Amino acid sequence: MANLKELSRKPERFTGGHRACAGCSAPIVARMLMMAADQPLVVGCATGCLEVTSTLFPYTSWNTPFIHSAFENAAATISGVEAAYQSLKRQGKYDKEVRFVAFGGDGGTYDIGLQSLSGAMERGHRMLYICYNNEAYMNTGVQRSGATMFGAETTTTPVGRKGYGKKQFEKDLTAILVAHGIPYVAQGSPSFWNDLITKMQKALDTDGPSFINVLAPCRLGWAFPPEETIELGRLAVNTCAWPLYEVVDGQYKITYKPREKMPVEAYLKKQTKYRHLFRPGNEWMLPEFQKHVDEKWERLLTLAGEPIPAREPVAAG
Amino acid sequence: MSEAKVKDKAAKGPEAAQEIAALTGNEAVAMAMKQINPDVVAAYPITPATEIVQIFSNYVADGLVDTEYVAVESEHSAMSACIGASAAGARVMTGTSAQGLALMWEMLYIAAGLRLPIVLADVNRALSAPINIHCDHSDTMGARDSGWIQIFSEDAQEAYDNTIQAIRIAEHPDVLLPAMVTMDGFIISHGMEVVKVLPDDTIREFVGTYNPKVKLLDVDTPRTFGPLDFTDFYFEHRRQLAEPIAKAKEVILEIGKEYGKISGRSYGLYEGYKLDDAEYVLVLLGSTAGTAKTVVDDLREAGVKAGLLKIRVFRPFPYDEMAALLEGRKAVGVMDRSDGLAGLGGPLFGELRSALYESKNRPPMKDYVYGLGGRDCGPALIRQVFDELLEIGKTGQVKERFTYLGVRE
Repeated sequence: MANLKELSRKPERFTGGHRACAGCSAPIVARMLMMAADQPLVVGCATGCLEVTSTLFPYTSWNTPFIHSAFENAAATISGVEAAYQSLKRQGKYDKEVRFVAFGGDGGTYDIGLQSLSGAMERGHRMLYICYNNEAYMNTGVQRSGATMFGAETTTTPVGRKGYGKKQFEKDLTAILVAHGIPYVAQGSPSFWNDLITKMQKALDTDGPSFINVLAPCRLGWAFPPEETIELGRLAVNTCAWPLYEVVDGQYKITYKPREKMPVEAYLKKQTKYRHLFRPGNEWMLPEFQKHVDEKWERLLTLAGEPIPAREPVAAG
Repeated sequence: MSEAKVKDKAAKGPEAAQEIAALTGNEAVAMAMKQINPDVVAAYPITPATEIVQIFSNYVADGLVDTEYVAVESEHSAMSACIGASAAGARVMTGTSAQGLALMWEMLYIAAGLRLPIVLADVNRALSAPINIHCDHSDTMGARDSGWIQIFSEDAQEAYDNTIQAIRIAEHPDVLLPAMVTMDGFIISHGMEVVKVLPDDTIREFVGTYNPKVKLLDVDTPRTFGPLDFTDFYFEHRRQLAEPIAKAKEVILEIGKEYGKISGRSYGLYEGYKLDDAEYVLVLLGSTAGTAKTVVDDLREAGVKAGLLKIRVFRPFPYDEMAALLEGRKAVGVMDRSDGLAGLGGPLFGELRSALYESKNRPPMKDYVYGLGGRDCGPALIRQVFDELLEIGKTGQVKERFTYLGVRE
């Protein structure tokens, strides 16, 4: 458990003045990581929003060693840094205790960087990979990704006479990482700061590869007022569209269970990207979405050994 | 290889301590890597370079090196991990070929742009399509504008020597650029030759230790590697890359000389063979030089003033040296083991024509694209080139500026 008082006393290692949009959740996640860590961190970042907004030469927000090389290879790049660290330490050429973290958006993680991530996790580098998942390629202007949820309107899944947003459900990347058999995998949200920072600390303490998938609401791509970022994260979790859980050595544990599981409509209604779900002719979409969320939640409950409650019937929107 | 090793007892001076070994090009490069003992190697196997990483893995398994070996899942990740490791402050090496180098392409530019002195062994192989595993230089040529230093090797001995020198060249404070050492796939990589191997301590002393001023693992002085440049800084940063490339030439010569002192084998930017008084000159890269030398010998015996100019350093390209060496010759034949597909022969031809632009005494020059996908190039083909050069020399006329040699039309 993280203690807010202690965290507030930690030096600021991800500083303000970056160019992220007002209400962007990615810098919040970066700051949380910096507060979570007790050791020096070397941070790598895939090309994407977090990278371009935090390292605009000659400025940098990173008051910690940072490297960006390309889009699809944050995991491979940091695995190289970690390999150098292991080698130099073994040879007695370096004596500090350092932790290694790679950041990628859902583009750099779910899609173009999946191979690099999979390779690094399988090789067993001691590194934490954090996906700040804002559910589309936001840096290039809101194109669909493997993380984009069903029905979402993006610039490559536009709504038109025939188009109704993304046709597919999102890929379950967290499950893919669990399937790697790595010691620590989790899903988090910046809206549940204590839950997320605790997970980051556990991951950094893991002697091996670890992965945290963080839902990062994007006010630009999801289209909501900037002051509602944290509220959007809360809704995602409380509707079970983004459950918070961790998998330690293969054991599932739901780290936060909503007292009352809200209908997913409450979450979707807040985002302009889903507005067509509530228009005449698209009444079939909301139940599809809800069914998908329910099925995933029930699968998670089963994996965590929890009882499955009866489903609420969904009225067509 | 150990059975074939004998001390070169007859030799004197710097050669005295060397072992004569029967090694393939791949074995020779792996041997050089063992002696260099890099901190990190990240690599992915690909024919015909696979053996380099395979043999090196054995050195790691036997505890003969201190290297952290990262068996990555692709060449893209190989170069990405090399970049991370080199930025961290480690001495880093890798090896690849053809499609592997092509997959690294994005990262090659980034390695150079970040000024990381990674050394890569590129075993020359044709690029797909059609897929082919045999030698040509299209892979290296695809990376020629990436900011890497490129050094070609004629044989296993040169591949060994060049690999060792490349470390010093790349890490030189005036250079700090990545370097690739090439050798022809199968012809050199898999052909067994006599190689003189220097003692481990001599190499370790020669390469010294790598301790860069700026490193990611310096956690007390946090730095940002690879930030974003917009229109206000990108140009200046790219402009800065021209400086080390310009200085690299001198450094390559200096290291080549220094290497001569420990090995008896000095290296320059090129090698001239019976070049001084030659009227008909062939210019080429890599292993074909060996065959060309015997053809030059035959022609000399027949009274033809033939000569060979083998280019060792393709990047930075020795423009001034080439111009000085080639002007005034009766005819120059260029042999390109890759096709530029630009409409005027291969890349070597383009460079040489450019080098001679200011020359008042430009020789007639013709390009021969040859040996693609491992097509054999024996003495008869090279003889054919010289025959044409003699004809060109007589008339001073080049009927077609480039042609394809040894292909069924």
